[in-house]
Amino acid sequence: MPGKLKVKIVAGRHLPVMDRASDLTDAFVEVKFGNTTFKTDVYPKSLNPQWNSEWFKFEVDDEELQDEPLQITVLDHDTYSANDAIGKVYIDIDPLLYSEAATVISGWFPIYDTIHGIRGEINVVVKVDLFNDLNRFRQSSCGVKFFCTTSIPKCYRAVVIHGFVEELVVNEDPEYQWIDRIRTPRASNEARQRLISLMSGELQRKIGLKVLEMRGNAVVGYLQCFDLEGESGLVVRAIGTACTLDKLSNTSAFLPACNSPSKEMKESPLVHPPSHGCRSTHNSPIHTATGSRLTQNFSVSVPTLIYTGMGSGSAGKEGGPFKTLLRQQTQSALEQREFPFFTLTTFPPGFLVHVGGVVSARSVKLLDRIHNPDEPETRDAWWAEIRQEIKSHAKALGCHAVVGYSESTSICEEVCILSASGTAAVLNPRFLQDGTMEGCLEQRIEEASPPGCGFCHIPYDELNMPFPAHLTYCYNCRKQKVPDVLFTTIDLPVEAIVVGKGCLIQARLCRLKKKAQAEANATSISNLLPFMEYEVHTQLMNKLKLRGMNALFGLRIQITVGENMLMGLASATGVYLAALPTPGGIQIAGKTPNDGTYEQHISHMQKKINDTIAKNKELYEINPPELPEEIIGSPIPEPRQRSRLLRSQSESSDEVTELDLSHGKKDAFVLEIDDTDAMEDVHSLLTDVPPPSGFYSCNTEIMPGINNWTPEIQMFTAVRVSRLSNINPTNQTLNKNFNDLCENLLKSLYFKLRSMVPCCLCHVNFTVALPEDELVQIAVTAVAITYDKNQALQANKAPTEKSQQRASTDNEEQLQFPLELCSDPLSSQPFSPAKEVLEGASSHTGIPAAQRATSVDYSSFADRCNSWIELIKLKAQTIRRGSIKTTTSLEKASPLAEGYLRHRSVPSGTNSTVSVVKMTPLSFLPGAKITKYLGIINMFFIRETTSLREEGGVSGFLHAFIAEVFAMVRAHVAALGGNAVVSYIMKQCVFMENPNKNQAQCLINVSGDAVVFVRESELEVLPPQPAAAAQPTGAAGDVTT
Amino acid sequence: MSSDLDVFVGNTTLIDEEVYRLWLDGHSVAEAVARRLRGGLLEREATSVAVLQSDTRDHYRTFQMLERLLHAPPRLLQQLLFQIPPERQALLVQRYYAFDEALARELLGKKLSKGTKKELDEVSARTGVGIRSCRRQFDNFKRVFKAVEELRGPLAENIQQLFLLPPSLARDYAAIVFFANSRFETGKRRLQFLSFGDFAACAQSMMAHWSQGALAPEAAEPDGDLPKSFLQDLKELKVLVTDKDLLDQHKSLVCSALRGKISVYNELEANFKALSRALVNVGGKLTHARDVRDFFVDLVEKVIEPCRSDKWSPGDLRLFLQHYTAAPRNLPGFRHQALWERYMAAISACLLRMFHD
Repeated sequence: MPGKLKVKIVAGRHLPVMDRASDLTDAFVEVKFGNTTFKTDVYPKSLNPQWNSEWFKFEVDDEELQDEPLQITVLDHDTYSANDAIGKVYIDIDPLLYSEAATVISGWFPIYDTIHGIRGEINVVVKVDLFNDLNRFRQSSCGVKFFCTTSIPKCYRAVVIHGFVEELVVNEDPEYQWIDRIRTPRASNEARQRLISLMSGELQRKIGLKVLEMRGNAVVGYLQCFDLEGESGLVVRAIGTACTLDKLSNTSAFLPACNSPSKEMKESPLVHPPSHGCRSTHNSPIHTATGSRLTQNFSVSVPTLIYTGMGSGSAGKEGGPFKTLLRQQTQSALEQREFPFFTLTTFPPGFLVHVGGVVSARSVKLLDRIHNPDEPETRDAWWAEIRQEIKSHAKALGCHAVVGYSESTSICEEVCILSASGTAAVLNPRFLQDGTMEGCLEQRIEEASPPGCGFCHIPYDELNMPFPAHLTYCYNCRKQKVPDVLFTTIDLPVEAIVVGKGCLIQARLCRLKKKAQAEANATSISNLLPFMEYEVHTQLMNKLKLRGMNALFGLRIQITVGENMLMGLASATGVYLAALPTPGGIQIAGKTPNDGTYEQHISHMQKKINDTIAKNKELYEINPPELPEEIIGSPIPEPRQRSRLLRSQSESSDEVTELDLSHGKKDAFVLEIDDTDAMEDVHSLLTDVPPPSGFYSCNTEIMPGINNWTPEIQMFTAVRVSRLSNINPTNQTLNKNFNDLCENLLKSLYFKLRSMVPCCLCHVNFTVALPEDELVQIAVTAVAITYDKNQALQANKAPTEKSQQRASTDNEEQLQFPLELCSDPLSSQPFSPAKEVLEGASSHTGIPAAQRATSVDYSSFADRCNSWIELIKLKAQTIRRGSIKTTTSLEKASPLAEGYLRHRSVPSGTNSTVSVVKMTPLSFLPGAKITKYLGIINMFFIRETTSLREEGGVSGFLHAFIAEVFAMVRAHVAALGGNAVVSYIMKQCVFMENPNKNQAQCLINVSGDAVVFVRESELEVLPPQPAAAAQPTGAAGDVTT
Repeated sequence: MSSDLDVFVGNTTLIDEEVYRLWLDGHSVAEAVARRLRGGLLEREATSVAVLQSDTRDHYRTFQMLERLLHAPPRLLQQLLFQIPPERQALLVQRYYAFDEALARELLGKKLSKGTKKELDEVSARTGVGIRSCRRQFDNFKRVFKAVEELRGPLAENIQQLFLLPPSLARDYAAIVFFANSRFETGKRRLQFLSFGDFAACAQSMMAHWSQGALAPEAAEPDGDLPKSFLQDLKELKVLVTDKDLLDQHKSLVCSALRGKISVYNELEANFKALSRALVNVGGKLTHARDVRDFFVDLVEKVIEPCRSDKWSPGDLRLFLQHYTAAPRNLPGFRHQALWERYMAAISACLLRMFHD
């Protein structure tokens, strides 16, 4: 009997009136854990009852402690009829089970009812006494810490990063059981909430066991999702990265410093292989639909893609023996694992060696009833299949691991699309193994890679490239090959050298689909998917070029399936990586060049595009440093050539080649307009409105190029449901509608947050759902963070100068890398040594030949050589504006100072009795230091109404519900003694309405990490006291009744 | 493509002061949008009407949800649903309970009943305050009235505590409650020159000097009611005007003190008895509810108007009242000096406040 749970019910306040006659309530409380229930006395005739109960004690197994939620029900006593429930509080006691987290849960919790919402509050104290568990065969995994944060949590260091853990549990959905026909909606909702709570507890315990097996002590990047499969059941699945974490007592450096570049790397000779490149051919691992068509279990595996972004090019020979050795070593470390996947998106310095590009896999499945909940094999098998595919894609890119890995589903009726994506990468083995076995080999490898660009260098063998790619020498170190464009799902590495600022880039797409049943439906979906992927990537590529940028981070592509359409939404943060070549412009090519007016139109469009690019460059401050000619002269004397890919079946092309390449003759990206569709595409490119001045946006953790955050943050969720009211919708009109919807939503966010200017919307996360025919639901969660404009200019000056110096430095002494640019003064860690050369390739490739039927013709011109000189001339003329180059080290450094200033001037909360709880989707709080992680918050709520109109219609209903969810999250965090939630995410928001019946229902699932943070300013003033006055930590003591 | 559902929820509740103002003034969403457009917001922020509509609706929803909490401001502080910084909470409450003085002036002394609420249409027309805003303000008066009606202790402090209002606003509410409770007549034509501020100041002086709380903080009666014993005692003061000797002596004391000091000495000498009678009798009548109603009417009719027609200056009145109040100390056989001074303190303050055009 390894645990004792103790609960005390202190008081209630603001209870609803349950007795109309007296306008009062006779409230009592039931406390339930597992199968044991205790009751308090009835506190008669009060809306603010003071129960002050005894300690209710539950003696339970720790397995039960992990699985079960504590369930507190507040009821109104009624002598003559059944007692009426006022509402419930579910408390996850998991945070009390690990030693370092919270020791007590104590505070005011909103009393929640699935029909009425929040009805008053209850003050509860919960404690757990754990006894030592001597049982070797234990089923519990108490003590394993869980983090939603997708990086190593701030006050820990990673000793070993073990790797991927996953688990799923299935059950019947109570909503679809026969009993649901006879019970009340309230009972049904509560059954569902309780079941999901139980299932997630169980899931977490099982994952914990796996972690213990791997000898880890924590799960980082824990992502738990629910699949509401309707009739066929309820799936709760989770993935994460098992780690062994050590609590940092102080900021001690744990990485050996080594930064003298090795000489070996120099020798890599210039090879000049045949260069020609087709963008977007499909290359490697495309598994065409060969689904095993079992009668019960229909499955289509969809051709999936490796997205890399190259044009044509030549490549230098890389690495020599070291790379091979490194690879071997790492491989052996990784091969022990079934799936060398990591859900992390930010890594300890030195962990990430090279990045290959985005890998993703999708598969369309038909759902059937889960027959035996205890053996969820089918679902397991489905995911295993997809993961296998991801793994093989990564291999094809010369990578042995996948980072920034995530999985998702989209379900419509009985069809389900399973998706997985990540970034193929080569990792440093040192973190992957127990024991420190850094041999000289590793040391040398580390030496070889210059920081700041290493991860961009290609991991694959250029002579045996997985796809045609356009490689050049790294613009930073000039030694290794890099692709011309890099797509990744991870956050921008801190050491990356970036020019200018980043921006949110979205690709949006709708595709009509015939309504169909079962297998026919699944087949038509899987036939459409590759086209969507292709178009999404084309859009991304075009928009990236339109902004003059060359890399995407945090790429997340969501494909949503509805009754009669598919929707694709890709979001990423575009940046200009200094290591990659300057992107070429976009050329428009007309199909019928002899038509005068048409020509005119084309040239008009071309001008517009060129203007936009120029404007964007100015807006995002993309002024890459000029390179002295000697450097520029050197690379790859490629003959001018162009290569193009013909996607359209009409083999037209030749006339286009003689286009006026007015855009600097760089390798331009040609859009051929051969029909109206293509015209629309080009138009749609230009419809993206840049954010109003003072605003920046990104979907990553940190905004490249902004480095002086002030502590003011505003996390928000916005939801819109729109009706696509076209009678005869076409793909084009739908696209336009969808595009407008997203743009308007963004516009509205900018307007709402205008008082925060200058600010940046970070971690902008769009979720698309198609709840019904013609209805599109978009939910956005993001955080707006203010920054100091003036300081930004100052901070940027230094790097600018440095970067200017740097070009010449690189030139003269090729071995000296300007480490000071990248070193992170905050963490005081010597700059990550193991920055191996690493390259990402990104572009997308991979459309089966048979499917090349779309109308746009893309080519890529590879006349880099000639463009060098022009480029220099161009650049020389460009007026420099303030910042050119910033490194993330600066971003981290300044918020502290800033936070200090800002905090001083603003007196914080004085007489408020409710403690302030900050929420953010980021893993950090600007200007603050996280001192303690209190445990994971994972909450699931259902809200239903049968009086929709009275509650203000759908908007009123959802507005109140989201506010309630926030309130409950904050209350739980405050009760744990925390003052913030980091890595907050709304994983699900399922909204259904039936206006005719005046009904609506909504399910929301959120998670995050509860933390205690201290303002940097307070740290200095009173070191030992955490967050005292300004951020009361919300224990019961703070709150007076 | 129409948006059926459109919400924005921040972890920290966004409050737009301009929209709050429009909401408080009782404008519909459409009217509010139109007004915001007129304010040039569209051009300033380079946004669209649709965005403005969506934003306005969001704010209106928030305010509607907040309104329930604003009815009991301490709950706004304790509630967990909206995270609002304290200074914003204070602003919300303050603005919600702020009122139009013209409206308050109209309602002063009226019973805060359903009947009065039905007459708000006319009041709205007269004052130019929107009818919805009128109703909300009326409800505020009524809510505050109900909440403190039965409470002991200083009215303004009770209101401040229960509704978390800034002190000056709480004092104004105390005045409104005081008037509603005592039902003083304020609507007569001859009282029209008095503003809400005048009456509020009078009410404050009366409560400050006359109420139970003014003497003993642990008083048994609510501050809004004037203590019965005190009112009863006021009858004793009549001796000042009924006893001819006392009246004469009083007059001579005052006159000798004021000779040469005020410009209207002759008029004072001529009118002293009438004035003194009026001043004392006003107090003597306060035991009868009917006469209480006429308190201000009497003061104006019998004191202010005669003085004004005699061209008294405010300084004259001040000096007169000062000596008039002090003089009975030296009257042989007058034993109610303390009561007299307590009574006259409020009367003097009221008169001085009311003595203007």
